[in-house]
Amino acid sequence: MMDTVRYILSRFGQSVFALLCIITITFFLARLAPGGPFLDDKAVPEHLIEQMNKNYGFDRPLVVQYGLYLGRLVTGDLGPSLGNKGFTVNEVIAEGFPVSFMLGISGLIIALMIGVPVGVFAAAKRNTAVDYTLMTIAMLGICLPTFVIAPLLGEFLALRLGWFDVAMWENSSAWFLGALTLGLYYSAYIARLTRGSMLDVLSQDFIRTAHAKGVAPVKVLFKHAFRGGITPVVAYLGPALAGLIGGSFVVETVFGLPGLGQHFIKAATNRDYWLINGTVTVFAVLILVMNFLVDVIQAWLDPRTKSK
Amino acid sequence: MISTSHRQGDTIEKGSSLGRDAWLRLKKNHVAMASLWFFIAVVVMCFFLPFVPGIPNPNITHPDLQSMKPFSSATSIEGEEVFYFLGSDHLGRDIFSRILHGGRVSLAVGFLATAVSLTIGVVYGAVSGFIGGRLDAAMMRIVDILYALPFMIIVIILTTYFGNNLWLLFVCIGAVEWLTMSRIVRGQVISLKNQEFVEAARSLGLSQRRIIFRHLIPNTVGPVIVYTTLTVPAVMRLEAILSFLGLGVQPPDASWGSLIKEGADRMASDPGLLIYPAIIFGLTLFCLNFLGDGLRDALDPKSSKD
Repeated sequence: MMDTVRYILSRFGQSVFALLCIITITFFLARLAPGGPFLDDKAVPEHLIEQMNKNYGFDRPLVVQYGLYLGRLVTGDLGPSLGNKGFTVNEVIAEGFPVSFMLGISGLIIALMIGVPVGVFAAAKRNTAVDYTLMTIAMLGICLPTFVIAPLLGEFLALRLGWFDVAMWENSSAWFLGALTLGLYYSAYIARLTRGSMLDVLSQDFIRTAHAKGVAPVKVLFKHAFRGGITPVVAYLGPALAGLIGGSFVVETVFGLPGLGQHFIKAATNRDYWLINGTVTVFAVLILVMNFLVDVIQAWLDPRTKSK
Repeated sequence: MISTSHRQGDTIEKGSSLGRDAWLRLKKNHVAMASLWFFIAVVVMCFFLPFVPGIPNPNITHPDLQSMKPFSSATSIEGEEVFYFLGSDHLGRDIFSRILHGGRVSLAVGFLATAVSLTIGVVYGAVSGFIGGRLDAAMMRIVDILYALPFMIIVIILTTYFGNNLWLLFVCIGAVEWLTMSRIVRGQVISLKNQEFVEAARSLGLSQRRIIFRHLIPNTVGPVIVYTTLTVPAVMRLEAILSFLGLGVQPPDASWGSLIKEGADRMASDPGLLIYPAIIFGLTLFCLNFLGDGLRDALDPKSSKD
């Protein structure tokens, strides 16, 4: 028990440290980029830019600004958005984040619901035509990127068959198309991963023992092998969610969903410093929380991970 | 003395046959071999065919020859005879030659970023694994932290630095992509460094640098080749995503990603604009992934299915 508590505490400490590093890296990465937030296509008078920089405190030494930023961050204040006049970063994120998050989570659930059963089934039927067919389809799914699948799904399911709306978030089913696009892509990865790790487990001695004892093959598969076989999939959930968030930027573009993707891309091109930093912080927290949960679940599934 | 030379002979023979064995195993894997030849064909076509006379210039527009059907030939208003193998787009540009030109950018960018990530990852992993102890722990902790970075977001921020220079951007992407490679190499080096040949090298008084670069790294080649084959498609996908989001290649230049983006915008009126580049892009990635899988099976028969 002590063991588990110590493991969880040390993983938690690591996550907090990693978060600090990420915030620091993005702060300086964004600030050292050439250009500035107040440059426009129209020529802005020099003294105006200076005044603006002064107002926002951009004229002070970078390290001082960094300290002030961290101080504000602790209180949960992400600052004003420079590109969206009159909005704070908190407001922009509160508006867009739920959309991106819902897309990512629904995509992940769809991916698990398709990927895990397909992987287990292919492993059970290993080296048969069924297995090869499923894995070839999975490989195709990996190679056809989301931005090819998304317009095709939109064309066929929404325009031709009329099952879904093509765009807009409010009261519409377009978000499901987006989640499906993301989910299909990651289900291909998860299917391959599940198949591989199930095959590893199925070749071990305790499985042979179970078969020798006369346990029903289905029971061996789900009762004996599944717990070990699913561990790498659980470990993959952290990176998968990070990828899903990046992927949701593409899906949001295709289906016109008002997530954080468009805001973030605009923020990056217009040097909206606080929105860049705020978005990265929110996503980093999400990824770290996810990784932390994954580690805890993994330690519970497979007690050997703790000692590693 | 006799036993030493005998053992040496053994290892030399084993060393040479390992590679040949792998090649023989790969040759038996028809899917992997077909993938290899297809990939070579795509590379040769993209890099050399645009110089062959008769292939239209991808950037010359023919306002009077818009949206031509595949396999059609026509005479433009300037009196120029043009043959459209895959038809033409909304500006009368030849789709086939645009795909070839786009492929050059996509492939070159994939190779470039992979080469950078390969160099950093192999050196980082080998040093970390070989020296071990505290340095290893610290270096691997750095890798852990970088893993938690929202990768796509960092890449988008990086595009603000190199907005106009795709090549520099991808050197930087390579500099972010090396994490998995370094872990793989480190694992290999740790399992190799306690073997006799490293001890022999050390007792002969070789420097650490020489041991790492001449004795350890060459022995990690198998997994490194496999992972390299899988990194190229990953980077090509990334380039395509960036171009799709409007952050990568800028028109009139093209990559497979930007062609697919253009095609998706005009899918309803002209599906070929989306379908042809998507097919060639998907097939190339498909082949690279299958080749990577085949190489893994060939280089490490133990890991292959049952």
